[in-house]
Amino acid sequence: MRSIKKDFFGNQVLTDINFTLGAGEVLGLCGENGAGKSTLMKILFGMDVIRETGGYEGEILINGEKAVFNTPFDALKAGIGMVHQEFSLIPGFTATENILLNREPQKRNVVSQIFGERLNTLDYKEMDRRSEEAIKKMGVEIDAKMVISSMPVGHKQFTEIARELSKDRLKLLILDEPTAVLTEKEADALLASIRGMSAQGISVIFITHRLHEILAVCDKVVVMRDGQVVRDVPAQETSVDDITRWMVGRDVQSGSAAVEAKAEQPDAKTIMSIKNLWVDMPGETVRDVSLDIRDGEILGIGGLAGQGKLGIPNGVMGLYQAGGTVVFNGQEIPLNNPRRCLDSSLAFVSEDRREVGLLLDETLEWNVAFPAMQIQNKFLKKLLGGAVKWRDEKAIHAVTQKYIDQLQIKCTSSKQNARELSGGNQQKVCLAKAFALEPKFLFVSEPTRGIDVGAKALVLDALKQFNRESGVTVVMISSELEELRQTCDRIAIISGGQVAGILPAAASSEEFGLLMVSKVI
Amino acid sequence: MDAPATAIALQYWLKKMGYPRLIIAGFLLFLFIMAPITGSDLPTQITNVINRFSWNAVLVLAMVPMIHSGCGLNFGIPLGVLAGLLGGTLAIEMGFTGTMSFLMAIVVSTPFAILFGGGYGILLNKIKGGEMMVATYVGLSSVSFMCIMWLLIPYKNPSIVMAYTGVGLRNMFALDSFYAKVLSNFAQIDLNPLGINLVIPTGSLLFFALLALLMWAFLHTKTGTAMTAVGSNPTFARASGIDVDRIRMLSVILSTWLGAVGVLVYQQGFGFVQLYTAPMNMTMPAVAAILLGGASVNKASIPNVIIGTLLFQGLVTMTPTVITALIHTDVSEVIRIIVSNGMVVYALTRKTEESA
Repeated sequence: MRSIKKDFFGNQVLTDINFTLGAGEVLGLCGENGAGKSTLMKILFGMDVIRETGGYEGEILINGEKAVFNTPFDALKAGIGMVHQEFSLIPGFTATENILLNREPQKRNVVSQIFGERLNTLDYKEMDRRSEEAIKKMGVEIDAKMVISSMPVGHKQFTEIARELSKDRLKLLILDEPTAVLTEKEADALLASIRGMSAQGISVIFITHRLHEILAVCDKVVVMRDGQVVRDVPAQETSVDDITRWMVGRDVQSGSAAVEAKAEQPDAKTIMSIKNLWVDMPGETVRDVSLDIRDGEILGIGGLAGQGKLGIPNGVMGLYQAGGTVVFNGQEIPLNNPRRCLDSSLAFVSEDRREVGLLLDETLEWNVAFPAMQIQNKFLKKLLGGAVKWRDEKAIHAVTQKYIDQLQIKCTSSKQNARELSGGNQQKVCLAKAFALEPKFLFVSEPTRGIDVGAKALVLDALKQFNRESGVTVVMISSELEELRQTCDRIAIISGGQVAGILPAAASSEEFGLLMVSKVI
Repeated sequence: MDAPATAIALQYWLKKMGYPRLIIAGFLLFLFIMAPITGSDLPTQITNVINRFSWNAVLVLAMVPMIHSGCGLNFGIPLGVLAGLLGGTLAIEMGFTGTMSFLMAIVVSTPFAILFGGGYGILLNKIKGGEMMVATYVGLSSVSFMCIMWLLIPYKNPSIVMAYTGVGLRNMFALDSFYAKVLSNFAQIDLNPLGINLVIPTGSLLFFALLALLMWAFLHTKTGTAMTAVGSNPTFARASGIDVDRIRMLSVILSTWLGAVGVLVYQQGFGFVQLYTAPMNMTMPAVAAILLGGASVNKASIPNVIIGTLLFQGLVTMTPTVITALIHTDVSEVIRIIVSNGMVVYALTRKTEESA
């Protein structure tokens, strides 16, 4: 790949990516969330999103020839296979059927003689043979006749890979975090099969957060950060420590910690104490978190994707099944009950703006005022001696206008529907909603996900201001370490569903990096 | 390519109005123009339309709460209708007559509506996402069940039981000595003495206006706001501390009760009670009317109810006289079926478009 550039609506996500991959080589690609790994792979695989958002610059050379993939079909034809993070298998079909879907060997029959090829019968014997062969290539044992829905996750993953392997012309296989869902044993088997593939001359691009896997299997490591390739080295010459430093340490030298970070106040009283929390949130399982949060601080919670950092606020606020004890301000908060949390002056800005955070089809006024109205009976007029609680449109309008001005929300009026706003402005509406509750304690989850740099700074400033001026304790969860370091007083790193450690914001990137991968499972 | 501003404004207006509504409104206008030409009396026609509107509006209003809470179109409205029928027949059985029988019918049907609505609500809370389909079957099966009950409940009042055997209720009976026209005749405006065949059933219209006002007011209260939010985004509502199931249950009970009152209003206007499988025929016209009024599967307002009922009932009343006079064939039933089922299909496809 040569000087690949890509921007999403003027937002540069990839700049000048160059790397080469030889036949039969295994390349490990790693980097923080949002470093541009997935975008790069989407370009390589000709996914629709790329074309729809304005294409890319630079060129891809395959065997010395320039290749242009407009659709994934083009990429498939050129011998590129991709295994996505999410399974794309048909649950009710057997492994064989899934592996050869739409590429089944066929037999002609009487009906198809008359009506054409679409009515050919499938050649099941040949299908079995070919899927067996593909499975053998990986060097694992899977029952090809088993229905996908009754398989363990690991076998599903292998089936996906087998599907790619069964393609005759496969030259390059992209594996996007294939081991994320596997147990250690299965992962080992997968790594072994990757080695097997490369021995047969198939090149592999292997994306993972588990760095030791990269060292174990790859010939070469490419580390990406902020849309750039920061390192491209042979795997033998590097170590987990090096890679983590390259991944996170964008400012290792300058060490830009929060300028106005408050001095540590170890004697500040604990406002929330979380003990042995577990949360069953799909993809973000929290296993055993114990955490003390001090009054008036901004605590950052960071970590790699899928390690459980998002599960913490969602569990405490009762949105996902959770267990353990949470004590807030001396009182125990019952879990799995959003109402009780909100009643005790906790507020939560969800990472999922569109699903949880907003009423997309209602006005901004409704969005801002709704929780405060329902929980604290604000913005209501009492009629007939309090028997009727009438919506006070004027008060709602006033408060919405106040936050529109304060947070510089760009909208045509406070009556505009939330759906019509851009991501950054929607995020500000979510914050306004939480601020309108005037909470004592605020969880903010991924406040800057998917919004541009300008809006990002504004959102973070608003949070800081809210914390410093109103004395509200803020817990901010983010995948971007740098952002946490700029905003928070202390940062807890979650790894493998547990607290790997808590560091002051000024700690070095290497320390954070080590914590992030310390308990990855 | 720059379209002129007026064209853009027109396009926007068309989109806002919705094509089906415009087509039906245009057709209705055509019918009104054709009426005098084909020789039918326009004031009589208008009287008919207003009458039909006053019978049906409350049933259409019954769609609103469930749409607001995200339970979709209430295809289970027969359940409310059955509660209303129980209330009506029991009030008559108890010996009430005249206006009192209407009031008692509402009073007696209320506990049934709450009971039926409650059970229905529990069911709908268990099958979130598939409400409309399950609702349809709830309607069908409850009507079938009540077909048996109408025969088994030991009614005794001779004016409503089967004439020969004295066991079980009649398929249809007149309400002349009970609550026929009790609302319509209240403060009725009759222009016949002036030589114009126009009669306005003021009482029925006022009764609907009262219920519509109450509904509007309810939607402006704290609970009403919560109901709209639940329909708009249940996850958001839950994260805001709302008990989503409770709100949905409330909306279902409200819908069912309005269905019960709606059928009683319908009967007082129509002058007859229809039992057995008749409640099944109440669903489609009500659903189609509210959709025609511009409601979607999860948004509905009072103007939607009024416009929709006027358009739909206008169509149903006008076609027999006007079109029959024109082409000498009765196609009103055909048009009614095409419009009502067509509207439902249209609305359902539009829903999938939005979610995609």
